[in-house]
Amino acid sequence: MAKRVLLIEDEPNIIEAISFILSRDGWTVHTHSDGETAADRVRSLPPDVIILDVMLPGRSGFDILRDIRSDPATQDLPVMMLTARGQTKDRELAEQLGANHFMTKPFSNAEVLTHIRALLAGAATPCDPAEPNLEP
Amino acid sequence: MVESQRTGARIRARRLDRGISQTELAHMAGISPPYLNLIEHNRRRIAGKVLHDIARALGLDASVLTEVAEPALLEALDLAAASEPASGAERTQTREFADRFPGWAATVAAQARRISGLEDRVAALSDRLAHDMQLDTSLHEVISVVTSIRSTASILVGADDIDADWQSRFHQNLHQDSVRLAEASQALATYLETPKTDAAATLSPVEEFERYLDETDHHVAQLEVELLPEDAIEAMVSALVPPQAKSVARDWFHRYRADTEALPMAVLAPAAVAAAYDPGAIAEAVGSPLPVVMRRLASLPPGEGHPPIGLAICDASGGLTYLKSNRDFALPRNAPACPIWPLYQALQQPGQPIRAVVSMPGAAAPRLTCYALASPDGPLRFDAPQHYRAMMLAVADAPLAAGLPVGRSCRVCPRAECAVRREPSILPRSGDSATSGL
Repeated sequence: MAKRVLLIEDEPNIIEAISFILSRDGWTVHTHSDGETAADRVRSLPPDVIILDVMLPGRSGFDILRDIRSDPATQDLPVMMLTARGQTKDRELAEQLGANHFMTKPFSNAEVLTHIRALLAGAATPCDPAEPNLEP
Repeated sequence: MVESQRTGARIRARRLDRGISQTELAHMAGISPPYLNLIEHNRRRIAGKVLHDIARALGLDASVLTEVAEPALLEALDLAAASEPASGAERTQTREFADRFPGWAATVAAQARRISGLEDRVAALSDRLAHDMQLDTSLHEVISVVTSIRSTASILVGADDIDADWQSRFHQNLHQDSVRLAEASQALATYLETPKTDAAATLSPVEEFERYLDETDHHVAQLEVELLPEDAIEAMVSALVPPQAKSVARDWFHRYRADTEALPMAVLAPAAVAAAYDPGAIAEAVGSPLPVVMRRLASLPPGEGHPPIGLAICDASGGLTYLKSNRDFALPRNAPACPIWPLYQALQQPGQPIRAVVSMPGAAAPRLTCYALASPDGPLRFDAPQHYRAMMLAVADAPLAAGLPVGRSCRVCPRAECAVRREPSILPRSGDSATSGL
């Protein structure tokens, strides 16, 4: 059975591109664009891996991550955060809240695939600030 | 060094400036060279005819030789020295420097003030870059579009087996994103475009408007007339440059006009003189609310013999939303002010008028009578957070009695023992030998 990834992102063309590459990699991709109801979607699904954007309409990715980590039903789900703001404080906040990986936009497709696979395998290094972007 | 003694040093400096010998000047002034020597070395008092004769011989007005350096100038020089501790400025001789070389002293003080102002601007701009929502949003838009383009382009380049529908869809996405990127880049470039003047680059809309008001000492004669044409305020707003100050100006002009109608200048001015500019007494005499009286006192016309009157208005965070400053009264715009000012005390007791005479550091520093009041910002309501604003009138005709010791901000305040000090001062401690008698 295909593993399920939930992509919480509000940019339609990014959603389409990431969905495409993950689907071709064998994932079942679910998408969600609204920050306010994102945590509910996580609970109702729940996916094997979550890709979570920071800046979302209605609620920030940090708040959603806090909810995911405070709910016993979802607290162990691997989460990769995406952000256009690569500031140290954002990375530190993501780490404090329990993100498994933190990726700064713009990223490469190969990089997304590498880390999503690693998260599923439980081999991710949480929020490694020195990690370079990989080219496809 | 008493004042009459400093005059001797100034005479000597001016004589040497002109390359005149002591003997020559003595003859020109009709006194003996040994007597002039005693005067120059501050061993004889000098006044009256001798002073005027020496001044005339030097081609100066006598007041140039006797005038006392202003406390503000001395304070500025002290700050200049404190900001460059490695320069070895002779801080025990600040007053002598100001007296002997008033032109140079004014130049140094002006440059120090300019540097301090520029530093404040740099701090404000850094703050803007770090917290500017518009900039943040624009950058986010650009990066999001670039992310989409990179990801989509990689798919098109990297996979040979994409069916025609997907290819077409991704091409369409690329086109959409390229349009978005062009628009977002253009918006960002426009936002970051270098303004045409330094002022536009550095002043907030409120400061821009205050600078406009400073030109008339915050008295707007056009709004004082009895029958104001309906479109007069909009015409004034339209004429304002730069445009970002317009919304601030519109609100301020409307409030000014409302205050004018509630308390015309013809009623206020005589009442202010009769009550010695005490807003409480004026409010009772004319039957106007205290905030209206306080704002109107700050709009008294210049050049009609009224004392300098400053006005500061802040929100509950202490941030200034309006400032009318003058030579004796100023609060820092871009740094935390001294919390002892009655303006901030009023915030702790909303609705309670507070009167206090305050004194700035130094024996010759200005004393001000301050009147402060915090009022609700808008109508009182149930089940809603209430916001307050405080305003403080500072009248520069206070008695010489000791007042509540205040400063501008901790950084430039020499009161080492202050109980509410939040950071060390860059100035010498009050009473230290390095002070210049401020």
